[in-house]
Amino acid sequence: MAPPAEVLAIRGLSKTFPGVRALDGVDLVLRPGEVHALIGENGAGKSTLIKVLTGVYRPDAGTVEFQGRQVSFATPLEAQKAGISTIYQEVNLIPLLSVARNLFLGREPRTRLGLLDFARMNREAEETLRTYGVRVDVRQPLRTLGVGAQQMVALARAVATDARVVIMDEPTSSLEPREVETLFSVIRRLRDAGIAVVYVSHRLDELYAVCETVTVLRDGRRVHHGRLSELSRLDLVSTMLGRELGEVRAEGLTKFSGDHHAADTEPVLEAEGLTVPHKLHGVSVSIRPGEVVGLGGLLGSGRTETAKAISGALPIRSGKVVVAGTSLRGGSTPGAIRAGISLLPEDRKSEGIVPGLSVRENIALAALPRLSRFGMVSEARVDKIVNTFIERLRIKASSPHQKVGELSGGNQQKVLLARWLAMNPKVLLLDEPTRGIDVGAKAEVQKLVDELAEDGLGVLLISSDLEELIEGSDRVVVLKDGAVVGELTGEDVTEDTLMRTIAGDAPATAATKEVATDG
Amino acid sequence: MTVTKTDNTPVTTASTTSADETEPVGSTRAERLSALVQQHGALAVLVIVSVIASFSFDSFATSDNVTNMATSSAFLAIVALGMTFVIITGGIDLSVGSLFALGGVLAAWGSRHGTLVALLLPLGVCGLIGVVNGLLVARSRLAPFIVTLAAMLGARGLMLSLTDEGANTYLIAKGSFLAELGQGTTLGVGNPVWLMLALFVAGAVVLRRTRFGQHVYAVGGNEDAAALMGAPVARTKILVYTLSGLLAGLAGALNAAWLASGVTILGNGMELEAISAVVIGGTLLTGGLGYVSGSLVGVLLLKVIQNVINQIGSLDSSYQQVVSGAFLALVVIAQTYLGRRRQLV
Repeated sequence: MAPPAEVLAIRGLSKTFPGVRALDGVDLVLRPGEVHALIGENGAGKSTLIKVLTGVYRPDAGTVEFQGRQVSFATPLEAQKAGISTIYQEVNLIPLLSVARNLFLGREPRTRLGLLDFARMNREAEETLRTYGVRVDVRQPLRTLGVGAQQMVALARAVATDARVVIMDEPTSSLEPREVETLFSVIRRLRDAGIAVVYVSHRLDELYAVCETVTVLRDGRRVHHGRLSELSRLDLVSTMLGRELGEVRAEGLTKFSGDHHAADTEPVLEAEGLTVPHKLHGVSVSIRPGEVVGLGGLLGSGRTETAKAISGALPIRSGKVVVAGTSLRGGSTPGAIRAGISLLPEDRKSEGIVPGLSVRENIALAALPRLSRFGMVSEARVDKIVNTFIERLRIKASSPHQKVGELSGGNQQKVLLARWLAMNPKVLLLDEPTRGIDVGAKAEVQKLVDELAEDGLGVLLISSDLEELIEGSDRVVVLKDGAVVGELTGEDVTEDTLMRTIAGDAPATAATKEVATDG
Repeated sequence: MTVTKTDNTPVTTASTTSADETEPVGSTRAERLSALVQQHGALAVLVIVSVIASFSFDSFATSDNVTNMATSSAFLAIVALGMTFVIITGGIDLSVGSLFALGGVLAAWGSRHGTLVALLLPLGVCGLIGVVNGLLVARSRLAPFIVTLAAMLGARGLMLSLTDEGANTYLIAKGSFLAELGQGTTLGVGNPVWLMLALFVAGAVVLRRTRFGQHVYAVGGNEDAAALMGAPVARTKILVYTLSGLLAGLAGALNAAWLASGVTILGNGMELEAISAVVIGGTLLTGGLGYVSGSLVGVLLLKVIQNVINQIGSLDSSYQQVVSGAFLALVVIAQTYLGRRRQLV
């Protein structure tokens, strides 16, 4: 029997945003009943591709053919009506409305009088959801359901609208293992019903469990496609990260000096068994003064969450954080800051800088309580600190009074760094410190990280840039699905071992020290 | 406090709830109790205050006083009905007080051309202002607060120009159909009260039993999700502001008919009274949850409290406002507390 005709064919899709080529001639073909893995690191173009498919963005070039007809959706609603449904990472339903009403919104059964037929709606909703393994009182507001059950309602809704293609964007990121199983059985049922599924996830186990074919995107290009079973995990990871195995670099490309003289002393930071529901499962990290510890792992492996849990920004269910011998009470950012932990967040726009304030004000912001006496801020002391850091971090601003919003990304990052350094921290958590800044500034930030470690700070470095991570760190703790799966030290801090550890088929040599997390 | 986490196990809980399918209820006993109090608390307070008042003041439970309270409540209630829709979508309408006054003046001014003009003119003008409000909020994505504040100022200006800065008061001829509509009674109850009740029944059916009603809740509950789910967000918003404008104009016209003239000084601060009544009635200011019946109870409660303060008599009229304000603050604090308990906000 000939393979069924394609339900969706994307050809030569391109999309450019100012300064970024998000998609560059991407092809993707889906047949009915195909479960297709779409993977790629941050900025690879996955979200852009999904958004073009669902009518959020218009492509600059290329065609989308759906069920044999060329289409161009103007809104997500149009795409949905045509038969392309999307299930987002965050449940996109209405929490205060009842489960049944969420399921039927926009297509409610009506009585002859034109009024809504609640009896029928509730009955049908209950029947539908039962097939998804969800047994709840459908008259309850949606928010009373667990995240997994909500996700199922979203899925049921997507399928009920006569979808031919269902796109799932990291659907399992907040599901319990049991719920993931239910999701998989639903996906298999969809497959058997001839519905094509695009499955986006960073959890390799899941991909191999449920997907048949795969498309790997990197920097907006399709770098691989084919059957998933023909691609080993290691190949998958290296294709995704764009690193050839065994590729040896004699000389680093980054500005890191390499190793630091980590004092062979007690760790300045000890985080043990950090557990956050759905996100972290007993992550332990320790950092000695003068040491740069990298956090490796794919997107969604729990790197940012680990940094946030240490800094108190993410409440932990269990585990402890000890800074220089003092135990922190979890879940308190001010407490962590007082103890000497500073976090440079991943998203400096939303979590860091105040663009309307000056460089001076931004730097002094967090340190103000320390710079004031009886509630009065000493201008002289602020000036002194601000000038010191502008000089030391080589911040390029016309004056300390220039608005931070007017600075380049790299200089904004330095201002943020200065803000936290003004707090005299013992531990610096850097989450993607060089993302979105130009090459020159990147090198400077990297050099600064080195200098700070030389000065005796303990540094935790998170970076999606493998080179930066490998060359910048003295040790790399590797995370996968919210748990530590390995730690690279000394000679083994290489891209090769890192990728092997992420892929989970690291040879049992000295290369990786397996950390027992599952008992 | 036990909240959503307990429901992670998708087991059936159907047997434990007996709530009407249209009322959002909580999952735990505490949540359900909070929901019940939030929804019907105002009614309980209304009953208690009324009972105490009728024992304390001989003149409270008299038919004259009750009839008077009912009729004067009717106008505010009609305004609050429209406000309920707006607030459930997560918006606010500050223009209703001005539209109320404008509607009254337009009705009185138009009454010389017949009852039809006297009714259609305020409805048309106020409805149109509501449409403009809705368009600016929905299409231009401006903040409802600012848009309707502008409409409030504009409508008041329009009303003042119609009356030569309030110097002219238009009268409604005695015995006309309009006057009868405002002043007459049916079965001993004032006509405006009947009309108000009919509007509330219709409003409840629309809100609870039609797709438009579902969209109102959906837009207020999560606008982005509603749009993704195919709810016509912009159309829904335009409709609720139009409805609010229409009802404010109608209330103004009826009030003018009741007073037999278009009184220009009315309606000042009425928007805030209406918002208070809606919030007292259990509608969330953040949108997504609310009840038409609650708003009616809210209006009655406000009016009863005012009446009781009047009955006390010894209270200085300035202090009446202090007491009203304190009471309102109390109710809103209670509502917010209950909302938080239910993890709604």
